Amino acid sequence: MINKSLKQLGAMLQGKEISSVELTQEFLNRIDRLNPEINAFITLDKDRTLSQARRADEMLSAGKGTALTGLPIGQKDIFVAKGWRTTCGSKMLETFIGPYDADIIERFDAAGAVNLGKTNMDEFAMGSSNETSYFGKVQNPWDRNRVPGGSSGGSAAAVAARLCAAATGTDTGGSIRQPASLCGLSGLKPTYGLASRFGMIAFASSLDQSGPMAKSCEDMALMMNVITGFDKRDSTSLNREKEDYTRALNKPLAGLKVGLPKEYFAEGLGPEVAKVVQEAIVEYKKLGAQIVDISLPNTQLSIPVYYVLAPAEASSNLSRYDGVRYGHRAKEYGDLMDMYCKSRAEGFGAEVKRRILIGTYVLSAGYYDAYYLKAQQIRRLIAQDFENAFKQCDIIMGPTAPSTAFKTGEKADDPVAMYLQDIYTIAVNLAGLPGMSIPAGFAPSEDGKRLPVGLQIIGNYFDEARMLNVGHAYQQVTDWHTQMPEGIE
Amino acid sequence: MSLKSADIKRIAHLARIEVNDIEAEATLSKLTGILGLIEQMQAVDTTGIVPMSHSQDVTQRLREDIVTESNQRELFQSIAPAVEEGLYLVPKVIE
Repeated sequence: MINKSLKQLGAMLQGKEISSVELTQEFLNRIDRLNPEINAFITLDKDRTLSQARRADEMLSAGKGTALTGLPIGQKDIFVAKGWRTTCGSKMLETFIGPYDADIIERFDAAGAVNLGKTNMDEFAMGSSNETSYFGKVQNPWDRNRVPGGSSGGSAAAVAARLCAAATGTDTGGSIRQPASLCGLSGLKPTYGLASRFGMIAFASSLDQSGPMAKSCEDMALMMNVITGFDKRDSTSLNREKEDYTRALNKPLAGLKVGLPKEYFAEGLGPEVAKVVQEAIVEYKKLGAQIVDISLPNTQLSIPVYYVLAPAEASSNLSRYDGVRYGHRAKEYGDLMDMYCKSRAEGFGAEVKRRILIGTYVLSAGYYDAYYLKAQQIRRLIAQDFENAFKQCDIIMGPTAPSTAFKTGEKADDPVAMYLQDIYTIAVNLAGLPGMSIPAGFAPSEDGKRLPVGLQIIGNYFDEARMLNVGHAYQQVTDWHTQMPEGIE
Repeated sequence: MSLKSADIKRIAHLARIEVNDIEAEATLSKLTGILGLIEQMQAVDTTGIVPMSHSQDVTQRLREDIVTESNQRELFQSIAPAVEEGLYLVPKVIE
C-alpha cells in the first residue's frame, strides 16, 4: 500500500476500502519506525493529524470528498500552520507556534487533506543538501550516507522513504527540483505568482514559489489543482482563471518540440547524469517528440546573479527576526542594539549569516548599482534567453542537477561548490518560469549504490498542464518513478 | 575588491549580527569566495538594459481602504519573548 499513488489511495478512500484514520495511522507508524534515522520530519502532532483524518472520514461518508480528501500530506516546515510549531529549520523559530494558516495550508485543509507533519529543510531554505537545518541532517533513503538535496530535503526524503504519499516544497533556486532529482521523485515549481506566498516564510520574495513533490506527474496535477489560485494577501499573486491541471495528462506527444540547451550538456555535467538524461531523450523521441538544439547563452551568469539577488532579498526579509515580537531572544544582553546583535548571532546558523552578510554588503551604500542593479539587468538577459528559446521549441529538457546525491559533509564546508549544484535550476527562478524534475533512471555510485537521476522539464509561462502531460506520458512507458529504495519496507 | 576582517565586522554590524574576531576571519575566506563568483557579472555589458524585478508585467494592486484584520493581540503576543500588559518589552532606550 505504501507505494500507491495519491490517485490510487484516493480511490481506496472513496470506495471505503480504507479509512483516512487507518491510512494516516499507517504512515504515522512508518514515521515512528523510520524517521528517527532518516529525520525527514521535524514536528509531528498526532492528535491534530488524526483529528483531521477523522474529519476527512466524515467528509467522505457525507459524500463531500474531493480528490485529496483523507490523504496524508507532509508539509514543508516553511509554511506557517495554526497551532503547529513552525521552525523553518532554524533555532530562531525553535519555539514558534503558528498563529495562523499559510494559504497553502488553508487550501489543503479545505480539500480535506491531512497534515501529516512538518518536514525538515535547510535553515530558511538556504542550502542544497539539508545540512544547514538546526534540527539535524536528513538521510537520502537511496543511500543513507548521502544528502537528500535541499532545501526541501525533508519532503523529498519523506516521499522517497514512503513516509507520506506526497509533500509540499518551496523552490527559490532549485529547492523542489534538486531534492526531487536526488531522491527519485517528481517535483514541480510553478510559474511565479501562481501559488500564494502568504504564510510561506520569506527567503527571496521575487523568486520563492511553492509546489508539489510526489511520486508521479498525475499526483502532482491533483496537488496543483489545490495549491494554485489567486490570493489577495500576496501582492504578487496572479489573478487568473482556475485551471484543471489534469486536463492534458493523456495527450499524445507526437510533434512535441523539445529543446536541448547546449549549455546544459557542457562541462560540469557528470557523465553518469548525462548518460541517463540522454536515454530519457531517446525515450521521448520514441514517443514522437522532435529534438531541437537550442542555446541559453547566459546560463553561467545565473549563479552570480542569484547570489546577489537572493541574499539581498534575504537580508531584507530576515531583518524581521529581532528578538522582540517572536523568535529567539538571547538570554543575556546589554542595550537594545546588543539584544538585536546577540539574538541574531545565536538564532541564525552559519549559512544564513553568510547570506545575510552578502546581501547586506551588496545593498550597502555605494554598491547598489554595481551589484543589485547589475544583477537585475542580467536577470533580464537570462529571461530573454528563454523567450528566444521558446520561439523554437515547446518545452526544454536537460539535467536537473549536475550530479547524483553527494556524500554528507562532502560540500558542507565549501559554499561555492554547493551553489554550483543549482546551475541548471536557478535560471528558471530568475525568469519566473515553471520547472519540473522527474525520475529518469539511476546511476551507480562508486560504492555500488543505485542513485536516482532527475530529468528537468522547463515550460513556458503558465504551461504547467503541458509539462505534466509530457512527464505523465514518460511515466506511462517507464517505471523509474515507482521504484523504491531498499530497507524502507 | 578585497575584503578585510574589519569589513566583515562593519557589514555584520549593519546586519545586526554579533561576530567575534575568530568568526570574522572564518567568514572572510568564505565571503571572498562567494564575492569572487559574483564578480563574473562585471564582464557583461548591460548598457541600456532595463532591470527586471518581476517576471510578469503586472502592477501593484490596490484595495478598498477598509478594515480587514481583527485584533489578535493576545494570540500574537503569546509567542513573544517578553510582554507586559499588552506591550512588548525591550531594554530601556530613553533615559
